[in-house]
Amino acid sequence: MNALGGRGAKLTRILTVWAALAIALVVPIAAAAASPLLAWRDPVYIAAGFAGIAALGLQLVQPLLAGGYLPGFSAYRGRRLHRWIGAVLVLAVVIHVAGLWLTSPPDVVDALQFASPTPFSNWGVIAMWAVFAVALLALLRRRLRISPRVWRIGHLTLALVIVLGSIVHAVLIEGTMETLSKVALCALVLVGTAKVVADLWGRAKRSASP
Amino acid sequence: MTDVRLDRRRLIAVGGCALASGMAGLVLPVRATGLAPTPSMAGGANNYRPGAPIVERIGGGGFWMTGTVRRAGDGAPLAGQRIQIWAHTTEGYESDQRSHGATLTDANGVFRLEMPQIVPAFGQPHGHLAYDGGTYRTVFLRPVMPSSKDKRLEAHFVLEPV
Repeated sequence: MNALGGRGAKLTRILTVWAALAIALVVPIAAAAASPLLAWRDPVYIAAGFAGIAALGLQLVQPLLAGGYLPGFSAYRGRRLHRWIGAVLVLAVVIHVAGLWLTSPPDVVDALQFASPTPFSNWGVIAMWAVFAVALLALLRRRLRISPRVWRIGHLTLALVIVLGSIVHAVLIEGTMETLSKVALCALVLVGTAKVVADLWGRAKRSASP
Repeated sequence: MTDVRLDRRRLIAVGGCALASGMAGLVLPVRATGLAPTPSMAGGANNYRPGAPIVERIGGGGFWMTGTVRRAGDGAPLAGQRIQIWAHTTEGYESDQRSHGATLTDANGVFRLEMPQIVPAFGQPHGHLAYDGGTYRTVFLRPVMPSSKDKRLEAHFVLEPV
């Protein structure tokens, strides 16, 4: 009875965490899907926009997996999924930029050259390069024999650049995302990233001290 | 040795005076001319189509783009100047031909052109305007709307002769 109750409580906790994550990801996407602006955008532009929203959402999943905060996942499986989602994140960013380029080439060329009249473009482009850099670093980690310490500093620094760049980029944009759900998602991404960075930093310090 | 120093000092003094009067000579006419020309805005020329025709109205209308065109220096209103206007609206993209149209300024240098409602595109609701008449230096503007619900947008040109 007691054991059964304990298992039930554990299951409830697992379901609660996953349901909360699902809500955090689905609500901003659903709100954007209801945007009146979609009526005046063609499929390529819409796909580009949603790829951007997906990229922001995946940035909430990444720190949760890296920190092992998602119940029901072993640390090993969590890291494997973290790697796969990293690849999907790169793809989402590529679709986002390519779709915008098809919609208005001069606006994207301006942004890539940091000559855009809109400051949020610069933040987005910085985050994009950081996403590519973090993926490249992950691919070359073995080949370059990067030490765990250097790896951790590099990976966390780039992750912070990605998260901060994406958040400023998203918040400054007047687009299909609904304001409240956008700010809430950005806040969650920030908190999740800050938590995992603090934890990993603490772990690194503890392992460094004798 | 002292003489040389004195000479150097004199040289600096005289040179400084010459420089100062020269600067004053440069600054004074600018002050007299007054109104400075409008510089082109970053991204203003994006999706520009040269030679857009003069139209009564772009598409179905409902939104007003207004502004003035004046001459740099004395600020005299310029009549009969062609201003091209385009934007991402409820009827089409910035790059679509139907989203472009031009209008002429009246005797007071004022232009107004009705066009479809501008909607946010690439992160903010904005219009594009160009003076490309050739008599004056070409200027591209990209004003941003304070609110995407606004029904009008203003932009002003101060043009400098080529």
